[in-house]
Amino acid sequence: MTDETALQRVKFYQTGTHTVGNRLMNEARRSVQASMDRSNAITSGHRACQGCGEALGARYALDAALRASDGQLVAVNATGCLEVFTTPYPETSWQIPWLHSLFGNAPAVATGVAAGMRRKGRADVRVVAQGGDGGTTDIGFGCLSGMFERNDDVLYICYDNEAYMNTGVQRSSATPPTARTATTPAVGDAPGNIFGTGKNLPLIAMAHNIPYVATANVADLHDLEDKVTTAMAIRGSRYIHIMVPCPLGWGSASDATIHLARMAVESGLFPLFEAEHGQVTRSKKIRRRVPVEDYLRPQRRFAHLFKKGHEDTERIARLQRMADANIERFNLLGEREAP
Amino acid sequence: MFQVRIHGRGGQGVVTAAELLSIAAFLEGKHAQAFPSFGSERMGAPVVSFCRLDDKEIRLREPVTAPNAVIIQDPTLLQSVDVFQGLNCDGFILINSTRTFEELGIADFVAEFPAHHVCDVGASELAMKHVGRPVPNAALLAGFAAISGQLHMASVEDAIRQKFPGAVGEANVAAARAAYEIAAAA
Amino acid sequence: MLKQTEGSQAVAEAIALCRPEVVCAYPITPQTHIVEGVGALVKAGKVENCEFINVESEFAALSVAIGASAAGARAYTATASQGLLFMGEAVYNAAGLGLPIVMTIGNRAIGAPINIWNDHTDSMSMKDSGWIQLFAETNQEAVDLHIQAFRLAEELSCPVMVCMDGFILTHAYERIDVPSQEEVDAFLPPYDPIQVLDPAEPYSIGAMVGPEAFTEVRYLAHEKQLQALRRIPEIGAVFKDVFGRQSGGLIHSYRTEGAETIAVALGSVNGTIKEVIDGMREDGAAVGSVSICSFRPFPSAELRAALAGAKHVVVIEKSLAPGLGGIVASNIRLALRETTVPVYTVIAGLGGRPITMSSLREVLEAAGNGRLPEVQFLDLDHGAVEHEILRAKQTRRAGPTAENILRNLGQSAVVGNE
Repeated sequence: MTDETALQRVKFYQTGTHTVGNRLMNEARRSVQASMDRSNAITSGHRACQGCGEALGARYALDAALRASDGQLVAVNATGCLEVFTTPYPETSWQIPWLHSLFGNAPAVATGVAAGMRRKGRADVRVVAQGGDGGTTDIGFGCLSGMFERNDDVLYICYDNEAYMNTGVQRSSATPPTARTATTPAVGDAPGNIFGTGKNLPLIAMAHNIPYVATANVADLHDLEDKVTTAMAIRGSRYIHIMVPCPLGWGSASDATIHLARMAVESGLFPLFEAEHGQVTRSKKIRRRVPVEDYLRPQRRFAHLFKKGHEDTERIARLQRMADANIERFNLLGEREAP
Repeated sequence: MFQVRIHGRGGQGVVTAAELLSIAAFLEGKHAQAFPSFGSERMGAPVVSFCRLDDKEIRLREPVTAPNAVIIQDPTLLQSVDVFQGLNCDGFILINSTRTFEELGIADFVAEFPAHHVCDVGASELAMKHVGRPVPNAALLAGFAAISGQLHMASVEDAIRQKFPGAVGEANVAAARAAYEIAAAA
Repeated sequence: MLKQTEGSQAVAEAIALCRPEVVCAYPITPQTHIVEGVGALVKAGKVENCEFINVESEFAALSVAIGASAAGARAYTATASQGLLFMGEAVYNAAGLGLPIVMTIGNRAIGAPINIWNDHTDSMSMKDSGWIQLFAETNQEAVDLHIQAFRLAEELSCPVMVCMDGFILTHAYERIDVPSQEEVDAFLPPYDPIQVLDPAEPYSIGAMVGPEAFTEVRYLAHEKQLQALRRIPEIGAVFKDVFGRQSGGLIHSYRTEGAETIAVALGSVNGTIKEVIDGMREDGAAVGSVSICSFRPFPSAELRAALAGAKHVVVIEKSLAPGLGGIVASNIRLALRETTVPVYTVIAGLGGRPITMSSLREVLEAAGNGRLPEVQFLDLDHGAVEHEILRAKQTRRAGPTAENILRNLGQSAVVGNE
């Protein structure tokens, strides 16, 4: 980061607080959410649940994209929570042009919008496509891979809450092992979702050799905004995978969303990194490493792992090994960069 | 209406032959409808194409079952396909071969036809000589024009040039002229 | 310009003349020559300001067209058969969003059993999707209908399918008048969208609509089709003024004056039917035919008028509603509900089975003599069917039906040769 922020580095290490907030940032780095004339892609009054990580992530991501495109932004939405809670007929929260077609075709629709804009002499209008993990890793996967392969000029954002929340919490290919969902119930010998399945879409996106791939998280909104801004400065296919806790689906307190998102990162289960043309260029270092248990225990979807007297130590250890492997693979414990 | 059926193998230009025929007829102000025997395209597999010629609009869309002429691009088909099916004995037969009808084993069959309605032309050899590749369709089209009288040689040449512009077209025209002379003399 | 060319190539040239801005392509027989042709013209720089996008599926093809159309661009794609089914969800969506996309269907059967040849099952599967469906009788009409389709679609903000018989039209090499750019420009104004994604005037397209308004939205889709019923003949008339020939419209009647038996059909088989009608008329039979060009919207009033004097209506249709019979015939029965005219269904040409003049003549004569059953399968091999039914009765593990029928036909062919 710049020298000015480096001067204030020490203040980020106050123990026991994560609320350094705007006042410790240099002017240029302060969140515009504090400004009265901030950009506002998704306005208030939408119908998201209390503590919805997706609503928060989408608002920060879209606002950053809106700023980066100087207001010339169109959003394409897959079917899902975000689509439903932002557009309760006849109202809409979207302050930008917004198009919802189907569950599985948002990447292709966005490709069409980008092509249409180019042909109408509006190449300055940028296109963001977005969907949940089901719309991205499952039903929209074919269209997304096609969009990547053609390197179409679209920023695709996946809001990953690790299951089909809109339909009542069913398993997706992004659901973690052992998690209880409506279709992976906490019964039987190995309650919850099984090990050894699922997709790592950021890595799959990288395998398409697209110019930019990043993961982000609602516990670090500055990092999320930076990544969106970086992505918006690039033409071609870009992919950002944002982890967004879901109080309803995860069985967590609605005021625990940010905490859980942070624990996911600090445990190593959700690595934050950036990649360009298939190569990891940067990973966000873990600030204070925590065991996976700190992340899992507050969520009822993992409650069966922690039954009194019947702790599933074996599978908790297996989840810990997954986190350890991420830490190793993405080098998450090195020297931290200044924010 | 005059109906032609062309037999050959995938890769020999069977469909192109019917199209060429239709272009030549079109250039003479006729109506023509060329179409393939619709199927998957596989190299070497038996392929059939059709062409209808008429002085008025052709509305009919049924396959040609009773042709007035058959053109056989590959004589090896004589053993495996009933290439003469539906052909009346006043029809025309043109075979791409330098062998005699006796050698081809059809002497008795073709004897039923008027002698000038039946002809074999070494179209592949002529194509090798003039074009450098064994693509018999242009030469066969000229042979058809010669024996059937349905088309003028000039329009056959124009059709070839239209379908294959440049040197390839001229080489095919040369092969076609040679074939026309052979067929007209037969 | 009058030229001798392939139907697909002529349609590709017509599409190019319509100045599309985004064309999406995915290969499927027998439509492929069309998008190949458009692609070649775009790549050669012969279509100004057009993007040709090779996508990964038919579902993506129509989805890209949806996005492009919503961005205000003129969008086109083409498909057939399984491809139309694979994009089915987007087909309904494009209509629901009111996006004026034009799509060619190179009509082909639907499997299983897999079959690449012509019938109308694909288009029929989407007949109630909200798209306008126009069926071309000839390749000339296919060319002309595409030009009209863009104007119709964009005036009404409703997508249009132009259906042309796979292979029979798409692969036929014929005399076709491909119009000039000046003629097409005089007929087809630039696309002026009723809704467009524009940051200067942002709105949301595709919001969820609940029970309180869904019926009204759907009614308006119906009303749009009723508008099309009026606009299709009007646009056909304007087309005639500019291009000097009659093409399109709702229905075409052929020698129906005084006809007691009238054949009704969609698409290219009408050409063969006309030949049959001429032959039977020469022999003194009172027969005629009606070709339906616009299947959706369905021209009930026009058909009622055209079939008013008939004693027998014989619907020749290239699709089957298993368990019911004919789809087109059912629609016609509805149009004729206040009359007592019997409407017969003749299922013909399934999976590319040739529809011959002689077979057509037989069914028209049978209808005239009152000997035609309500549902008839043209040229059905009764022996093969009965053999298989019997076999399936005798053993539980009867195996795959299609393969059994083929084996049975193969055996009888061998026996026949001996």
